[in-house]
Amino acid sequence: MGFFAKISSGLKKTKEAIKRRLFEAFSMKELDDEFFDELEEALITADVGIDATETLLERLRDEIYENRITKPDDARELFKKILIESIDFEIEDFSYPLVILLSGVNGVGKTTAIGKLANMFKLQGKSVVVAAADTFRAAASEQLEVWGERAGVRVVHHGEGSDPAAVVFDAIASAKARGTDVVLIDTAGRLHNKKNLMEELKKICRVVARELPDADFRKYIVLDATTGQNAVSQAEVFSEDIDVDGIILTKLDGTAKGGVVIAIAEQLSLPVLYVGVGEKIDDLIPFDANDFIDVLLDEE
Amino acid sequence: MGIFQNLSERIANVFEKMKNKGRLTELEIKQAMREIRIALLEADVNYAVVKSFIQSVSEKALHEEILKSLTPAQQVVKIVNEELTDLMGTKNAKLAVASNPPTIIMMCGLQGAGKTTMCGKLAGMLKKQGKNVLLCACDIYRPAAITQLQVVGKKAGVEVFEKGQIAPVKIAKEAIKYANKNAFDTVIVDTAGRLHIDEQLMDELVELKKELKPHEILLVVDSMTGQDAVTVADTFNKTLDITGVVLTKLDGDTRGGAALSIRAVTSKPIKFSGIGEKLEDIEAFHPDRMASRILGMGDVLTLIEKAESAFNEEDAKNLQKKLKQNSFTLEDYLEQLENMKKMGNLSNVLNMIPGMSNKLKGVDTEVDEKKIKHTKAIIQSMTVKERRNPDIIKASQRKRIAKGSGTSIQEVNQLLKQFEMSKTMMSRMAKNKGKLPF
Repeated sequence: MGFFAKISSGLKKTKEAIKRRLFEAFSMKELDDEFFDELEEALITADVGIDATETLLERLRDEIYENRITKPDDARELFKKILIESIDFEIEDFSYPLVILLSGVNGVGKTTAIGKLANMFKLQGKSVVVAAADTFRAAASEQLEVWGERAGVRVVHHGEGSDPAAVVFDAIASAKARGTDVVLIDTAGRLHNKKNLMEELKKICRVVARELPDADFRKYIVLDATTGQNAVSQAEVFSEDIDVDGIILTKLDGTAKGGVVIAIAEQLSLPVLYVGVGEKIDDLIPFDANDFIDVLLDEE
Repeated sequence: MGIFQNLSERIANVFEKMKNKGRLTELEIKQAMREIRIALLEADVNYAVVKSFIQSVSEKALHEEILKSLTPAQQVVKIVNEELTDLMGTKNAKLAVASNPPTIIMMCGLQGAGKTTMCGKLAGMLKKQGKNVLLCACDIYRPAAITQLQVVGKKAGVEVFEKGQIAPVKIAKEAIKYANKNAFDTVIVDTAGRLHIDEQLMDELVELKKELKPHEILLVVDSMTGQDAVTVADTFNKTLDITGVVLTKLDGDTRGGAALSIRAVTSKPIKFSGIGEKLEDIEAFHPDRMASRILGMGDVLTLIEKAESAFNEEDAKNLQKKLKQNSFTLEDYLEQLENMKKMGNLSNVLNMIPGMSNKLKGVDTEVDEKKIKHTKAIIQSMTVKERRNPDIIKASQRKRIAKGSGTSIQEVNQLLKQFEMSKTMMSRMAKNKGKLPF
């Protein structure tokens, strides 16, 4: 069998049968290496990453030992519990006025997430203004305008190439004048290794802190569930620069599992707050650790 | 830098350890393979692909002759490099050209992969090659996608054909008619981002393909994609029988394992990569070069090619002479900075130099335009004597230079340090003639 053929048959097996194999792993007679290998494959294939996978499996081994568990079937619930615990965080409720800034690399779905958030707050009876601070990408503010119309909220924007911090300043001024509850800030996608763009993001944060010092200011990073281990690096660098409070995980409606958020939770203690599951305006839902792990392990 | 070391560094470390030893034992090769496995998994190479890769490298590495060889580390590097190159495809795949124009190129991919941006870059590149390009806007779903294509089309100086939000098949049909009538020889069709499991939208692509009979169907993939890259690429390929892949966002710190996975599962060539935010940030994908880049051996060929287009031959000869005589001055440095700007993103360039990604760890490699301006101001605030012999610049001179250039003493110090670094680096390269460190 040629190299390519070998790989693609291997892949088919992986994709089709992960669920069955996990089931089999948990119904094996013994907790042997093969058992742990199956779990390892499941986690890595879900983008949990090698480091976090090893940590989680180590934890499972410890608990199996401590609880004197001998059958894989009993290890099943234990494993799920360990996974859920790794991403379950206590989240503080919002207070108003509220400012939410979305940051992230290019193409993760920030603008779409802003539209969905606007709609969500609107439905909760809050007044919303959106700052179109992505002045870089061609037609970004036009895209946001369309979302603003759909959600029925105001969008503050300047021309392409203008100063994003100035857009934010104007949006806040408008919110102050009208007593608006929620200010949502869309920012330009930036690869986290571009220093000058990260400086621009810090400047936006300074403007918010100065103009609305008493507001509840949350900074979220938007991650694409399709992204692999680079998401850890993204979360890390954005956290260093703007002290991120949490994650919005988009594009979970594909076949990617977004397991990298487990690695991020392990290393940076960042909670996931919302997940994007489609292109419609109400396709943004609050994160639920139980559901997430069920999907990750293909156990709907 | 991320928490993880990147793939090149990691593999380089393994072989660094091995290089210091004479012969290898079976156990040592196993350890090396383990490191490579972890590195590849961290780089998001698909689990199954890693498995096959490690298996096939181990088999070759455990070969009697290698264990007995006096330079086993080099042998293993050679095998890993060969296997990686093999996996990536062996030579740079060019775009198909229709014998009967127009050549039709259809772009497809997931949402946010960077299709529209890539359309603009591709159009710009083809235009430079003398093609008469028409962009066709078939993304009728994403708000303002058409406007975005118009903006990038304008930047590339290329006409954009759009019909608003009518059925993509109709738009495409009319675009081809329009291209024929107006003597366009290349049509690039931008399509909406879609999930590979969205049957309705995938059917739309099949319809488009039937209507357009494209010469190229390029799958645009974000190089940061994780394990799922294989599923996505496999589905698109099975549905559309794609002709090639375009990797985007390679300018981040991503380790780009998706490239390996996609190649392995589709066996279609990766044709281009997007390496920055500007229109000209596109380059032909060279599998062999990417493999050695992953292995930390630098991408010397690309670097040389870039340098050739940015410098003229005479400049280059002069520079080499200066480097050899070690008479490289700050004046030359200034000139180099200007030339580097022509070569594009500086940190990309530096990463292509063998061993640089290791050595530059922690050093700020991102030189933005502003910094170059400052550097220029600092050098211009020096006397000619100082520029030619920076060793004579002492504390009081530094103060004067800082004042004169409107910068700080720290910045002046930094520049002088950087200059020394570049000087050693360049003279080393000149002596080695760009030879690889292995």
